[in-house]
Amino acid sequence: MSTGIVLQIAQTLLAILLAPLLMGWVNQCRAWLQGRSAPPLTQPYRMLRKLFHKDAVLAHDASRLFRFAPYIIFACMVLAAGIVPTIVNDLPFSPAADVIALVGIYALARVFLALAAMDIGTSFGTLGARREMLVSFLAEPALLMVFFTASLISQSTELPVIVQTLAHKEFAIYPSMAFAAVAFWMISVAENARIPVDNPTTHLELTMIHEAMILEYSARHLALIEWAVALKLFTYSALGIALFVPWGIAPRGDLGALPLALLALLVKMIVGGAALSLLEAISAKVRLFRAPEFLGTAFLLGVLGMLIHFLLEV
Amino acid sequence: MSLTYHLQVVNLLAALLLLISFAMLSQRRIVGLVTLFAWQGAALAVSTALVGWSTGQHHLYYSAALTLALKVIAMPWFFYRLVKKLDVGRDVEPMINIPTTMLIGIVLVIFAFNLALPISQMSGTVTRSTLGIAMATVLLAFLMMITRSKAIPQVIGFLAMENGLFFAATSATYGMPLVVEMGVALDVLVGVFVLGIFFFQIRETFDSLDLKHMEKLKER
Repeated sequence: MSTGIVLQIAQTLLAILLAPLLMGWVNQCRAWLQGRSAPPLTQPYRMLRKLFHKDAVLAHDASRLFRFAPYIIFACMVLAAGIVPTIVNDLPFSPAADVIALVGIYALARVFLALAAMDIGTSFGTLGARREMLVSFLAEPALLMVFFTASLISQSTELPVIVQTLAHKEFAIYPSMAFAAVAFWMISVAENARIPVDNPTTHLELTMIHEAMILEYSARHLALIEWAVALKLFTYSALGIALFVPWGIAPRGDLGALPLALLALLVKMIVGGAALSLLEAISAKVRLFRAPEFLGTAFLLGVLGMLIHFLLEV
Repeated sequence: MSLTYHLQVVNLLAALLLLISFAMLSQRRIVGLVTLFAWQGAALAVSTALVGWSTGQHHLYYSAALTLALKVIAMPWFFYRLVKKLDVGRDVEPMINIPTTMLIGIVLVIFAFNLALPISQMSGTVTRSTLGIAMATVLLAFLMMITRSKAIPQVIGFLAMENGLFFAATSATYGMPLVVEMGVALDVLVGVFVLGIFFFQIRETFDSLDLKHMEKLKER
């Protein structure tokens, strides 16, 4: 049990520490693909350090909510990082929440971000919050459909059981999971404010969604939010790995498999980050009003995956 | 799962077939539609050959080769040339907007799956569970023919429907006799060429390939 707790803490800390690195890797790949000279891999860490050393500036009209929101958002992401298995499966903390509760944790963070954005009362904040809600209320049911497909295969909504079924049982091709994988990719692109839906580097008022919400934040608050964004990307990647390429995640109590699991995680993250930046480089940002169509397609693929499961795999 | 691996791959290809059908429904450009049609033919050819290999039905190889030659190489090439000559590669708005079409598509898929369930239980083939997908492909292609107003997407919808029927034959009874398949292939090929000539005639008469104009065809 105590090794379990140690491993749990180690895995969560690892996620927190590695998350900016994944962000840096994605940014680096993207710069290469765009023909720019890339920022160093450690750039996100430097930015976080710089922001933590600055003095925070708050608007006069900011309520307490505005000040607390970054801590809540960061805490939600840490919680998610504790639940999603990255290296070891079935740790002591993972029964705390199943996949449906996990969607709820992401929703909680999103609600506080949107509330904080509207709290200041600037038009940009309100605009960003509304757009974020438009995107997320379409993404959430699609995400649930993906999870249901995986749950139908493993007969459980607990992530450890899903990973256990998919990774350590006899290998089988699940056509339904192919649909779910495409849907999950589209959802994570939308949820993490990446290119076809939102551009993470833009500050153009007509197009920005996520950036519009955090315009008023500075110093340690901004640092926490940026870190939470990196963590969100990391946990979504870990979720994708756990659902669709779970081979390599160590089963519970098998300490010998740990180095291999760590190596597998690193390789998958490197490949996944490169793929993300490649897809971002070759696709154009869609109009905001095309975003519902994009997410509607994701929902459709999730539903199709479930239907296919009933037809082909029962 | 007690199926062998190649049958699992056949199932995966069947799912891919359905995915391509939906992609065709949502495709706005004619050139993209032709490419998707070629991919659908490729998935069909590979799955037919795999079924033939795993069940020892060697005449399916000929069907697969025929599919590959006609639907992956000849017809897409013909369509690409046609699109270039007619200069119709631009966006086409379907008559119903795309999210609605997709939702109707899901309803059709559920309908087809339910319809196929009792039929596939009577069939004795190992691939019987893909029958529902084949029927869904037919219905989706039909939906595409209904929602498009331009001539070329309608013809591609017709051909996609033929793909679905072919797949249904493979999954329910390991394919039709070779003579029938050859006959159908020849029919489809001739049909496509005749329709290709029709396109030019339609455009010459109406200055457009929009079939809405044909509804107003009255003597004045």
